[in-house]
Amino acid sequence: MAQNSGDIKYLTPIAVDTKKKKYCRFKKSGIKYIDYKDADFLLKFVNEQGKILPRRITGTSTKYQKKVSQAVKRARHIGLMPYVADLLK
Amino acid sequence: MNQYETVFIMTPVLSAEQMKEAVDKYRKHLKSIKAEIVLDESWGLRKLAYPIQKKSTGFYHLFEYKMDGTLLQEFELMYKRDERMLRFLTVKLDKHAIAYNEKKRKKKAAEEKVAEPEA
Repeated sequence: MAQNSGDIKYLTPIAVDTKKKKYCRFKKSGIKYIDYKDADFLLKFVNEQGKILPRRITGTSTKYQKKVSQAVKRARHIGLMPYVADLLK
Repeated sequence: MNQYETVFIMTPVLSAEQMKEAVDKYRKHLKSIKAEIVLDESWGLRKLAYPIQKKSTGFYHLFEYKMDGTLLQEFELMYKRDERMLRFLTVKLDKHAIAYNEKKRKKKAAEEKVAEPEA
């Protein structure tokens, strides 16, 4: 065989996952206040262990990340969200 | 005058009557210091996300009121001294929060209006 394993040719270009641009959902939808009493909503910003997700992953802007983290911490204080959890989602 | 919001959790050991009486005490206090109560809402018995003082449930109650910030310390002291209290949290509301709460209240009122004719 002439073809060596080094140059495999594809008929269609393989799908290299194109990076989707992240955006801040609060800026986009014009949310000004993040309610700490709404635990279901805040669940989007924590991982399975109940840790707050970094901006790098959620794409939230600095301004709102601060508010998110404040809200999550308040929710934890009044027992609406756990400090530590296992399999939250 | 600032607008504040207090959420507190009381022990589930209390009977419904005792609970009412306890909440009444705070309501009366707010009235006595001439705070304007904007919202007075009971969430009932709810499960806690983690045990507090070895209790896994608690009575939630929410007050939203306008009052002078200097009186707040006295009000919070009442919570601290109350043994029936598991947790409390007082938050000063900024203009966005007030707008948000108002919107939420209006939405709720509208929903109730819709629900009423059916019932």
